[in-house]
Amino acid sequence: MSEPHAALNNPAAAGGSREQDLISSVQRGQHELFYELVRPYERRVYAAALAILRNEHDAEDAAQEAMLKAFANIRQFRAEARFSTWLIQITVNEALMRRRRERTVVMEGIDDRRDGEEGGYAPRDFADWREIPSEALERKEVRQRLAEALARLDQKYRQVFVLRDMEHLNIQETAEALGITVASVKTRLLRARLMLRDLLAAGWEQGWFSRLPFEKGTKPW
Amino acid sequence: MVENNDLEKNNDNCQRVWRDISNYIDGDIDPGLRSTMHEHFRTCKRCASVLAGARNVVQLYGDERMLDVPAGFSRRLEKRLEKGLAKDEPSGARRWSSWSAWLVPVAALVLIAGTVFLTNSLPFRNYVQSRHAQPGNHVPPDLVVVVSAGSKLFHAPGCPFIHDKNSERTMTAKEAMQDGYVPCTRCLRQYLNTSLTRHTGQQVVEADSVDRGEEQEELLGVAGH
Repeated sequence: MSEPHAALNNPAAAGGSREQDLISSVQRGQHELFYELVRPYERRVYAAALAILRNEHDAEDAAQEAMLKAFANIRQFRAEARFSTWLIQITVNEALMRRRRERTVVMEGIDDRRDGEEGGYAPRDFADWREIPSEALERKEVRQRLAEALARLDQKYRQVFVLRDMEHLNIQETAEALGITVASVKTRLLRARLMLRDLLAAGWEQGWFSRLPFEKGTKPW
Repeated sequence: MVENNDLEKNNDNCQRVWRDISNYIDGDIDPGLRSTMHEHFRTCKRCASVLAGARNVVQLYGDERMLDVPAGFSRRLEKRLEKGLAKDEPSGARRWSSWSAWLVPVAALVLIAGTVFLTNSLPFRNYVQSRHAQPGNHVPPDLVVVVSAGSKLFHAPGCPFIHDKNSERTMTAKEAMQDGYVPCTRCLRQYLNTSLTRHTGQQVVEADSVDRGEEQEELLGVAGH
């Protein structure tokens, strides 16, 4: 793999200038460079689509379509925005549009139908916490458990959580992408984090992470 | 009682802390509240547990490895982009499209005008069109016919309705039609399209009356000679 490709696998390391060069080239007509431009973000684009559509096949299709829309509108992209944010916003729009079109009935997971969004969320588990080492993520089983917990969140919390904590959009960008207020983003983010915490704590009790090197009888949190 | 009050007060504090714990993690909180919450975490095990768990959630899910894609995703994406990019043009390139949006009709108009011009320039234009002229489609093209000056008809040789017999010229029916002549409805009747008679009676009457008029005209011409 050539060096520019390697650098682009890590957008942060690649630096804005290389990305900006690629954007300019594509805008000037070097269309063959478009995939090189978007490849570092394909996982994020897919995750954003999946957070909304909850179906791998639909999410993949929406991600591809979003990429094509980004290409079609590449000349409208202005350097003052982050390319990744712009791309994610297009993806969110595409996924939301599909969801509206298909009128998918979203299965409710752990949600707040009992307590309104304005009400506080009371954590349910107060066990001693111990940090899960990031090495745990090397195990597919752990990633699967985390993904399952995320899938159990109500849609509105999951969307905010994915954009903010997984896609690393800031609060304002998340609000703009979803068309909601900053206050709503903050409220939903709080609840998503606390609900996930409870879900994972319960999972720990059921032995999800039993093969992790924790001290015997000690919960990760 | 004092203990109960302390517990209640502590519960209130915990709930306030939980409300702001997400902002605390993000550092999106004013320094005064931050300091108060910091103190609370030192003394409240429950809230310390909540904070630690929430931080763990943020850290785990924020890891790039959590953004998994299905097997073959990249290859399929690349393929779809290759296909789509070949088909679609960026909207900037749509400037060309919108440009072509008016270019195409203009080109079509030019083409039509050119065709009309050419048609009018070619020798097979029907210079002479009798109102009752009948298409000579069924007249054998190689049939030898006679035309004469001052008449728009071509005739079978020997037809009594030929004008100015001194100016007779012979040619094939095809040449005559290319020159704009139409078949005489009398001598070449057998070859003529009978569509008129298939149409309404009014059309037939009209055609017959015009025929008669032309006949008279031709006869007058003959008589003149």
